[in-house]
Amino acid sequence: MDNLHTLSVNVNGVTYTRAVEARLLLSDFLRHELNLTGTHVGCEHGSCGACTILMDDQAVRSCIMFAVQSNGHTLTTIEGLTPDGNMQHLHPLQTAFHEKHGLQCGYCTPGFLMTLLPFLAENPHPSDQEIREAISGNLCRCTGYQNIIEAVKLAAQKKAPRP
Amino acid sequence: MTTRYFGQPIKRNEDPRLLTGQALFTDDVHLPNMLHVAFLRSDYAHAHIRSINVSAAQAIPGVVAIYTADDLGDYWRPGPLLVPPPPVKDLIFNPRMQVPLAKNKVRHVGEPIVVIVAESRYIAEDAAQQIFVDFEPLPAVVDIEKALAPDAPVIHPDLAHNLNAHVIQRKGDYAAIRDQAAVLIKRRFLYDRGTAAAMENRGIVADWDAKNEQLTMWDTTQAPIPIRNGIAAMLGLSERQVRVVAPFIGGGFGPKIMMFYPEEVLLPWISMRLNRPVKWIEDRSENFYATTQERGQVHEAEIALTRDGRVLGIHDLFLHDAGAYAPYGLTVALNSQCTLLGQYDVPHYYSEFKAVFTNKPIVTPYRGAGRQHGVFVMERLLDIAAKELGIDRVEIRRRNLIPPEKFPYNNEIIYQDFAPLIYDSGNYAPALDKALALIDYTNFIQTEQPRLRAEGKLVGLGLVTYVEGTGIGPYEGAKVTIETSGRVSVATGIGTQGQGHYTVFAQVVAEQLGVNVENVRLVTGDTAEFYWGAGTFASRGAVVAGNAIHAAAVKVRQKILKRASEDLEAAEEDLELVDGTVRVKGSPSTAIKLGELAARLNPLRGAVKPGAEPGLEATDYFGPERGATASGVHAMIVEVDPETMQVEIKKYIAVHDCGVVINPMILEGQIQGGVAQGIGNAFYEQLIFDENGQLLNASFMDYLLPTADTVPRVEMDHVETRSPLNPLGIKGAGEAGAIPVGPLFAQAVEDALIGYNIEILEIPLSPNRLFELVLEPQQGS
Ligand code: FES
Ligand code: FES
Repeated sequence: MDNLHTLSVNVNGVTYTRAVEARLLLSDFLRHELNLTGTHVGCEHGSCGACTILMDDQAVRSCIMFAVQSNGHTLTTIEGLTPDGNMQHLHPLQTAFHEKHGLQCGYCTPGFLMTLLPFLAENPHPSDQEIREAISGNLCRCTGYQNIIEAVKLAAQKKAPRP
Repeated sequence: MTTRYFGQPIKRNEDPRLLTGQALFTDDVHLPNMLHVAFLRSDYAHAHIRSINVSAAQAIPGVVAIYTADDLGDYWRPGPLLVPPPPVKDLIFNPRMQVPLAKNKVRHVGEPIVVIVAESRYIAEDAAQQIFVDFEPLPAVVDIEKALAPDAPVIHPDLAHNLNAHVIQRKGDYAAIRDQAAVLIKRRFLYDRGTAAAMENRGIVADWDAKNEQLTMWDTTQAPIPIRNGIAAMLGLSERQVRVVAPFIGGGFGPKIMMFYPEEVLLPWISMRLNRPVKWIEDRSENFYATTQERGQVHEAEIALTRDGRVLGIHDLFLHDAGAYAPYGLTVALNSQCTLLGQYDVPHYYSEFKAVFTNKPIVTPYRGAGRQHGVFVMERLLDIAAKELGIDRVEIRRRNLIPPEKFPYNNEIIYQDFAPLIYDSGNYAPALDKALALIDYTNFIQTEQPRLRAEGKLVGLGLVTYVEGTGIGPYEGAKVTIETSGRVSVATGIGTQGQGHYTVFAQVVAEQLGVNVENVRLVTGDTAEFYWGAGTFASRGAVVAGNAIHAAAVKVRQKILKRASEDLEAAEEDLELVDGTVRVKGSPSTAIKLGELAARLNPLRGAVKPGAEPGLEATDYFGPERGATASGVHAMIVEVDPETMQVEIKKYIAVHDCGVVINPMILEGQIQGGVAQGIGNAFYEQLIFDENGQLLNASFMDYLLPTADTVPRVEMDHVETRSPLNPLGIKGAGEAGAIPVGPLFAQAVEDALIGYNIEILEIPLSPNRLFELVLEPQQGS
């Protein structure tokens, strides 16, 4: 408890400075210290992908990082996707999940969205197989994945229609 | 023209909150001054507890309290029996329920022994490591076939054996018909354990407000109302002093209903004792031990047939693994017993099971809830019979289907809802025909498969049928209110775990009241909003709560018409409800907004007529006399890689009949997700216990859930046979996708591996297991 480390991190455009224990997980820091509870945890072993966030625009699993490792970095969580909090202003990928029924309980959904953002940025026209591979490290127990794949295809189509 | 909402693929009302991270899950509840709880759990499957030393843990700064069983005093008592045994003659039933904390003895790995309360979860877990329990290990009962051996260790010493239950049910007279059979086929079938693995683990936050004498509990339960009633009784509180909220739940699938888990019983007690809010969130490794599991049966089954493949009867003896305690009664085993006969007209049936205690985690229903075991046995027997009789596998099924004119069809045994097992309605042949067309059966068997086999490809086809008892009682209720803003609120008691209730229930209401689905707000899973009900299980949410909501909406509609007919000076038959208004047909300008009407019915001055009820609100209930039987056919084509024995699904077909469909998009989502779980259950997932009862693969690294690269797109079609048992004509659909996948896999893989001449009599399979089967010398029958 005595060994606190100061950490300064930008999350969704806001800089937070906090003193934390070295062992505090980044997922716990986001959820319980910053109250950004949209990032979910399903395993805390790095194997389900539910806790995926962006660190400097790369997808990382916040449950297998310590909060202190994010010092000086820029993070985006699911809350950062609709910055004004207005449900009418969903990101096109979120809209596509809605349109294609890509979520049921929704617990895994933030992790899928955050995994897919950098993927789509790198690969705006993915094939079915590429999408399947991209999300093969994210577990969803409800949907059976098919509608998630459809949603990704729709988002890709909408964002950059093929000539 | 009034818009139709019922039956439309309407997008979900709940999505925006979930997509933006705004939806409240239990672990998102954060209260000032909150304490955190961790459990010390047993490392042994079976042991005496000699002593527990908590002094080192107590000395850790930040530790607030530590409790063992002895500290609980009178509050320590076994949990309630949730489901009593059915009224079956000569039934033996020895219920033994889980306890809040183990006292003297532990009976499975993961059983809680000590609860630690601290300022943070990190500190609570530090403290758990400093607690010393002196165990005297005992031999464990792991193999269910050895549980009843005379020298088996006894798990509940007051019983002197490990028999949880013994049940025999009969239809006709199997022994008599056996002699007349042209063919008898007997096999031994295994169905091993898996886990539901909802992505959200369990969790509870309890908050005792001493000043108001109110307990609030957020709980990942599928059944908040029964939890409220039980917790209030245990704590000596009035039900009105306890509010249980099941907020958004990250998947249920059955185990989250198992009311009165130790953690559920302890958290409110701790909050009251310490006068502070407390939180416990299960972690994934706890989930593998401390959340209930399912499957685990061994069947010895015999089928008697005529030469032309008519089934004369089935004789089935089976053992069911209950785990260390059996709070859920006989539900799972009864489902196996009552689902085995499936879509077939079988005149003689003898089914006998023994449920046994083992030193493994508790067994309660998990999606399918025992139904798949029965379907597995029956479908495999038919496959083997088809081979022996030289009849096509589809043809043998077709010959035995219950014909449409025989409904309602009485199976003459007692179902899990204690009502006779009577199928309400069904029309099986059209679904079979659709599945054959979609999988292109004849072409595949006659042309494709021979061609591919000639190329050396191991391709196989599977096709199986199933039924699912759904929508059982007792009842649910709902309150529908039109607010003066014109918005509609609907309150019901069940919990919701991703089934789209916010949308399908809104559709039911919108259909009656002519309002937009987005204007209907559902409140569910909060006991402060609705007092009565049972919960979400057995594919009953849409059927039972849906019909209660329908009934309440119909009453509100009547109130609207009555008052509007006075105000608009028109006959009720001349009115219609459109776009949030009630108006005179053919004269859209003669209309009143529903919100305005609600305001008129709630005057703040003046007088009302005698007997007038305020506002536009109604409450109603629905309880079906018995469950509605859904059905379906699944078919698939697989290719097996001879090098790796990996199975690739080339095509997957599901044709389903769940009566009238409220929202086809949501229904198809349920089926696709169910099939994915079925695939996991058939080929990837197996809980592996060693001879000491230790679970060897308790993490997602070792226990493989299906992933996006292993689950195919399920092509679907539907048949619609109304249920006569409820006004909406619907049947449940929550579990259907998962039920038939085991036998489907077995049949398809066996077909693909035809040259190896294996018989697959067990689920789950895996590449490893297929190798073993291929290498094993053939035992023959
Ligand atoms: S919670 Fe981080 S990967 Fe599962
Ligand atoms: S939607 Fe429930 S786990 Fe993915």
